[in-house]
Amino acid sequence: MKLIVLAGTPGSGKTSVLLHAIKALVSLGNSPAVVKIDCLWTDDDQRFQRLGIPVQVGLAKDMCPDHFTIYNTEDMLKWAETQGADILLNETAGLCLRCAPYPDNCLAVCVIDVTTGPNTPLKVGPLLTTADVVVMTKGDVVSQAEREVFRERVLDVNPACSIVEANGLTGKGSFELAELIRASSDTGIEMKLRYNPPLAICSLCTGEMRVARKHHMGVLRSLDGSMEYRGE
Amino acid sequence: MRDVTTLTILGGVNKEGIPECIDRIEVNKGEIIGIVGPTGSGKSTLIDDIEQLARGDTSSGRHILINGEVPDSSIRVDPRLKLVAQLSQKMHFLADMTVEDFLVMHARSRGKGPELVHRVLELANTLTGEPIALHHHLTALSGGQSRSLMTADIAVISDSPVVLIDEIENAGIRKQEALELLACEGKIVVVVTHDPVLALMATRRIVMKNGGMVDVITTSLQEQQVCCKIAEVDNWLLSLRETIRRGDLVEGTV
Repeated sequence: MKLIVLAGTPGSGKTSVLLHAIKALVSLGNSPAVVKIDCLWTDDDQRFQRLGIPVQVGLAKDMCPDHFTIYNTEDMLKWAETQGADILLNETAGLCLRCAPYPDNCLAVCVIDVTTGPNTPLKVGPLLTTADVVVMTKGDVVSQAEREVFRERVLDVNPACSIVEANGLTGKGSFELAELIRASSDTGIEMKLRYNPPLAICSLCTGEMRVARKHHMGVLRSLDGSMEYRGE
Repeated sequence: MRDVTTLTILGGVNKEGIPECIDRIEVNKGEIIGIVGPTGSGKSTLIDDIEQLARGDTSSGRHILINGEVPDSSIRVDPRLKLVAQLSQKMHFLADMTVEDFLVMHARSRGKGPELVHRVLELANTLTGEPIALHHHLTALSGGQSRSLMTADIAVISDSPVVLIDEIENAGIRKQEALELLACEGKIVVVVTHDPVLALMATRRIVMKNGGMVDVITTSLQEQQVCCKIAEVDNWLLSLRETIRRGDLVEGTV
């Protein structure tokens, strides 16, 4: 079983890119299954279902969607196995730029929208810097020069990644992505994350709603960058 | 730069999935070839196929060969090895950077030094009436300024053996000068255009219909003569436009 974790900011075109990659994978003889993780609501499963492949949705609700993805990775793999799949495609919710839910034994794919400008690769963090494949979308909206500058910025922060220029509308890049997926190695049993999740555990994590400082406990960080532990 | 002597387009299918009438076109070094056809006929898709050196993996199913061979994957993606420069229809930049930062970064992506920046700016300013400065923000440039800068950038930084141009005539710049700048000796130039001067400057033109290549017309001697006449009229119109821009009267110039 191959595990592909697809992350990227909302609206970057993750689902469209994945839909085209699935068509390419099926035409090449693979049996992919998809788990779509979202926060509160999604209808993306219907788009995947139209392709006639096994689909499951996970809604993180009150839990951090990336933590939810990590916590459920084992279950997703088991489910994919029962579906007779050889590739599990896990599309994450893509919200927080602090976490990167990539285990070591997976193909980590980061989808990033070129129209957000060449400073974006500097802002995205581990989601981009620890990815194996970076898929640049919406390149048809900008000039060739802008695409090349964007690409250079991506390589600045992640020199070892493979870059795929894709178009969610036309399907450009889907065969390249499918080939990279097919060439990736099988997932292992004892997986570890590539990047540590946030250090802090504070009273907000356990449901505190009040804003004033005096109500907060745990590992806390101030605007000036200083960190402290408040509590017992 | 790697030498490109021929660019071959192997036909795919049109929008209905029916094989294209034209199944093979070879374009040679030094040639300008036009692409014509109504809106939605697939001109930009053909240009895009060439830009990404399609290998049956685009919606058209076309294949692009360089010197008669399937090009290496690295040539498709690495700007340092790219054989194709493209001036798209895009009239504006989205990157929030200064002209200088952008050009330095683009030169680096193509494996070239920052010394080219001044040459790009100089050339760009010969194509537009509104001067561009290095400290200007890309997003604040006018359509004509953006297009001039993109053109000069391609001529200097993206200097590649194959040049693709999509609709230069709508750009508000000196189009013939721009074409001459991009189509310098020994290059293969593919230009999407309905401008009679530009279309007839090409040695041949591919006719597009419903997503497919339906015909290839060779510019006849008679057409070349027509081209010379239109060029005269065109230059006359351009000079009238300049006269009006200056705030002068056009009386007596007819």
